[in-house]
Amino acid sequence: MCHDACAVRVPAKGRSYISNIGFPIITGLVILAAWGAASAADMFPTGTVPSPEAVGHAFRAELASGRLLDDVIASLYRVAWGFLTAVVAAVPLGLVIGRHAAPRAALMPWVNFFRSLSPIAWIPFAIIWFGVGDPPAIFIIFLATFFQVVLATAAASASVPKVYYRVADDIGLRGMQVLFHITLPAIMPQLVIALRVAIGVAWMVVVAAEMIAVRSGLGFLIVDARNGLRMDLVVCGMITIGAIGIGLDLAFSRLAKIPSLRWGFER
Amino acid sequence: MSVVLELNGVGFDYGALSVIDNLDLTVSKGELVVCVGPSGCGKSTLLSLLGGHLQPTRGTIVRKGASRTIYQDGGLLPWLTVRQNIALGNPAKVDEWLRITRLADFADAYAHQLSGGMRQRVEISRALAAETDILLMDEPFSALDYQTRRRMRMELVTTLAERPRTVVFVTHDIEEAVQIGDRVIVLGTRPANVRKTLELPPGRSRLPAAPGVAEAEQAIMEELGLS
Repeated sequence: MCHDACAVRVPAKGRSYISNIGFPIITGLVILAAWGAASAADMFPTGTVPSPEAVGHAFRAELASGRLLDDVIASLYRVAWGFLTAVVAAVPLGLVIGRHAAPRAALMPWVNFFRSLSPIAWIPFAIIWFGVGDPPAIFIIFLATFFQVVLATAAASASVPKVYYRVADDIGLRGMQVLFHITLPAIMPQLVIALRVAIGVAWMVVVAAEMIAVRSGLGFLIVDARNGLRMDLVVCGMITIGAIGIGLDLAFSRLAKIPSLRWGFER
Repeated sequence: MSVVLELNGVGFDYGALSVIDNLDLTVSKGELVVCVGPSGCGKSTLLSLLGGHLQPTRGTIVRKGASRTIYQDGGLLPWLTVRQNIALGNPAKVDEWLRITRLADFADAYAHQLSGGMRQRVEISRALAAETDILLMDEPFSALDYQTRRRMRMELVTTLAERPRTVVFVTHDIEEAVQIGDRVIVLGTRPANVRKTLELPPGRSRLPAAPGVAEAEQAIMEELGLS
C-alpha cells in the first residue's frame, strides 16, 4: 500500500555527467579533427578558411596582448546595459498589456510591428540620435530585447489562472500586494524562459551593434579582422562569441533550478 | 440556530447568459449543505457569489462572517511551500495544522511535489487555519481517485466534528453529497435555482447501507433525470 511518503514526487535524475559534458566534447573534437584534416589536405581555397593552428595562434596572441579580454568586457558591458534597461522597461509594460484589455488593444499591434523590425534597421537612427560610443550599440541591443520581453510578459500575465487571484482576494491581498505576491511569482517561470531567449538574441545582436560607431568589442574585432583579411582573428572572435553565448544560456538555465521556480518546469 | 448565509431571489448573468435565477437559500451556523446539480448548471458561480468574488445581478446575499474557499484543484500557490501556503491562512497556526493533517514531513515541499490528496489536505488546512466561520468547497475531491476521495471525505467530517464550521460544499457526486451532507440542495439546469431540498438523517459519514441513504440518492437522481 502506498503511504504519504511515496506520494512525494522525486524529480527524475538529470542526464548523466558523461552525456552532458562528455558528448559535446567528443563532437567538438570530431569537428576540430575534420576541420584540421580538411585544412591539411588544402580543401579550402587560400585565405577562405583558416586552419585550427592559425586560429589557435591568433587566440594565444590576442589573450597575451589583453585585447581579447578588453573586447569581451566591452561587449558584455553593452549587452548588460541594453538587456537590463530593456527588461526593466518591458516587464511593467508587458504586465499592463497582459492584465488590461484597453492597453492590450491599443499597444499589442505596435509591439508586434516593432518586434518584426530587425534591430539592424535602426542603425542609421541609432547613429543620428546617439552619436558614437556605447549608447548607439546599447540602443540596438535594447531594441532587440525590449519587444520580445514585452510580448512574453504580456502573454504570461494574461494566462495566470484566475484561481490565484481568488485566493489573493480570500486572504485580503490588494493592489500592489497582488502584483508582488501573485502576478510576478506566477509569471516568473515563463519570464525566465523569455529572458533566456532574449539574452541569446541580445548577445547575437552585439556583433551588428558593434559594427557601428565603436572601436572595441567582439563585433568590432570581427569587422576589424575582416578589413585586415585576418580570417584567423574572425574565427577567434566567432568562437569567443559562441562560447560566451553558451555561458550566458547556462547561467539563465540555472535560474530554472531555483526552488520557487521549479514548479513551472517540472509539472 | 442562527442563519449565517441567506440568499433571496439571487440571479446572476454573464452578459446575455443567465446562469442563476431567483435562487433562495439559507444556511444555518454549523450546517454542512451540499449542492448537487448537472454539469455547467452554475454551482461554482454560486460559490463565487457566496464568497464575494462575484456580485449578484439580482437579489440579495447576506453573509455573516468571513469565508474561505477550497478549490477543486490548483488553489495552492505553486511558488510557495506547504508551510508558506498554510501560513497564508494563519501564520500562527501553521505547525498545528501541519500536525493535524500529517503534513509535517512535507512542510518544505512544493505543490507539484505532492500527490493530489496531499494538495487538497494543504488547501483544507489553509482554509481551516484561517478560522473563518464559513467554508466554501468547490468540488474539492473531484480530481482525486476513488479511494483517496473517500478517505478525504472521512478526514473532512472528522476535522469538522472537532472544529465546527458552516460549510457549503459543491459536488456532482451524489454518493458524496448523501454521505456527508446535513442537507442536500438539488439545483436545476441553467439558469440554476433550487429544485429540491433533502434533509438527511443526523450524523455525517453515512455508509451506503445507512437508513435513508439509498432513498436520498434515488430522490436526487430522479430530480436530475438520471433514473
